[in-house]
Amino acid sequence: MDNLNKKQANNETVIEVSNLVTHYGMRKILDGVDLDVKKGEIRVIMGGSGSGKSTLLWHILGLYQPTKGHIKLLGKDIHKISFNDMLKLKQDIGVSFQSGALFSSMTVGENIALPLREFTNLDENTIRIISRMKLEVVNLGGFHKLMPSQLSGGMIKRAALARSIVMDPKLLFFDEPSAGLDPVVASEIDDLILSLRDTMGMSMVVVTHELDSAFKIADKITVLDKGKNLITGTVEEIKNSDNKRVMDLLQRRSRHDKLDPKDYLKRLTQENYTLS
Amino acid sequence: MSKYLIKRIESVGMWSFQAIERLGFAMRLFWDSFYWLLVGRRYKQKVRLRQVVEQVRVNGFDALPIVTALCFVVGMMLSIQLLYALSDFGAESQVLLAIAKSVTREFSPLITGVIVAGRSGAAIAARIGSQVVSQEIDALKVMGIVPVRYLVLPPLLGLMISMPLLVICADFTAILGGAIFSVHKLDMSISAYLVESFNVLVVGDVLQGLIKSVVFGVIIVLVGATTGFYVTGGAEGVGRATTSAVVISISFIVLADMIASYFLTQ
Repeated sequence: MDNLNKKQANNETVIEVSNLVTHYGMRKILDGVDLDVKKGEIRVIMGGSGSGKSTLLWHILGLYQPTKGHIKLLGKDIHKISFNDMLKLKQDIGVSFQSGALFSSMTVGENIALPLREFTNLDENTIRIISRMKLEVVNLGGFHKLMPSQLSGGMIKRAALARSIVMDPKLLFFDEPSAGLDPVVASEIDDLILSLRDTMGMSMVVVTHELDSAFKIADKITVLDKGKNLITGTVEEIKNSDNKRVMDLLQRRSRHDKLDPKDYLKRLTQENYTLS
Repeated sequence: MSKYLIKRIESVGMWSFQAIERLGFAMRLFWDSFYWLLVGRRYKQKVRLRQVVEQVRVNGFDALPIVTALCFVVGMMLSIQLLYALSDFGAESQVLLAIAKSVTREFSPLITGVIVAGRSGAAIAARIGSQVVSQEIDALKVMGIVPVRYLVLPPLLGLMISMPLLVICADFTAILGGAIFSVHKLDMSISAYLVESFNVLVVGDVLQGLIKSVVFGVIIVLVGATTGFYVTGGAEGVGRATTSAVVISISFIVLADMIASYFLTQ
């Protein structure tokens, strides 16, 4: 809670999503989602598979165009700013992808150095030093010469994290940072996220469905269900929520558990069977 | 109308839409590539000379042995066929002219195009396709690096430079191949055959092949990149894209060759 108090001292909104609606073909994926992240806050977005949490992240990053709604990052509407302003904004953003998304044709060091080579006028020596420093931050010192294919899952995630912080961004986004990792490595990633926030003051959005991880790192949690905001609150508020869907999610209960087997069979066999 | 027929019509319609969409996408890639070449520096999207040189090496220099070897064989094959056909008219001496003109105008650029489509077109599709699958393209976008400038423009420039150079080498080796077989029948020395071949050629003959080679290079990169960017379905999708890239680029190369031949011989 100490961290939350620190954040409450600074009420500047750094990520603002309002009434976001998006479709994939005829299917509505996000249905009026709102999000409001303060400076220095770690916001965890949770929800079941297909709830729209990753889609929301891709929209915030400007990878997809929404049907409706506004997204402001650091006070700038990402759909209204010029290419140059967007480029500057992107240098204040770091993203750690679920798969790591390291460039397989480059060494780990080259991956980390890429943004510095593309967007700064630093000499090669300085770029090399900064890259190595960032690798040290994620406990991968000395691994700069390896290819991504030579790293384990946890090391790839950490290397991706090092690349995402190489430009010292103000906003950091994570897509399933601890998915597929063993509990010890997952906990190390969580500690890294917390230490980055505490030492560098970054604001973060973390998309995850790992409950332990979410409760450990979150200042606030937003739960999505079927593309809508179900609830937003602190860890305690989420844990004590009496919302049935939230309780199902926290207790890892399938929604099919409550279905009458006869109704379920009837739905499967009907002519106009659609996605549930 | 039967359900089967309706389904067939629907699939033809769907296929046509997809083909038009991808053609539009390829045109957009071509336009965007030159846009970023011209204005990239202003938007911190400059093209790295190192990347272009690397593409010239990989797509041009590395393909030189196979291109020259096959063109040498094609030159010999032409010589065998033409000597046989022309002997009916007692015009064997014309084989030199026929080989020189057909090789520079047609065979060298076509064979080079087909070989490079198989090597580089497939490689471009596989590379971009696997980058799409592993979210590397998304990573580039969120970093602020324009994927077209970073992934498409270097091979495009690389092939526009290396294809004409490959075709010049292919021209020479094909004529040499023709010479090796013909000199005995024509009772000439190889050097005399070569000198005579270069004398019968005009600038337009060589230029026609060079223009075609640049067009083929553009086709190979655009088809490879387009199929790569449209990859879906993981590793299997990458495999499908690689095959499609080769088949589609060779088809377009043959079509473009016919169109270019028509206009360049008017």
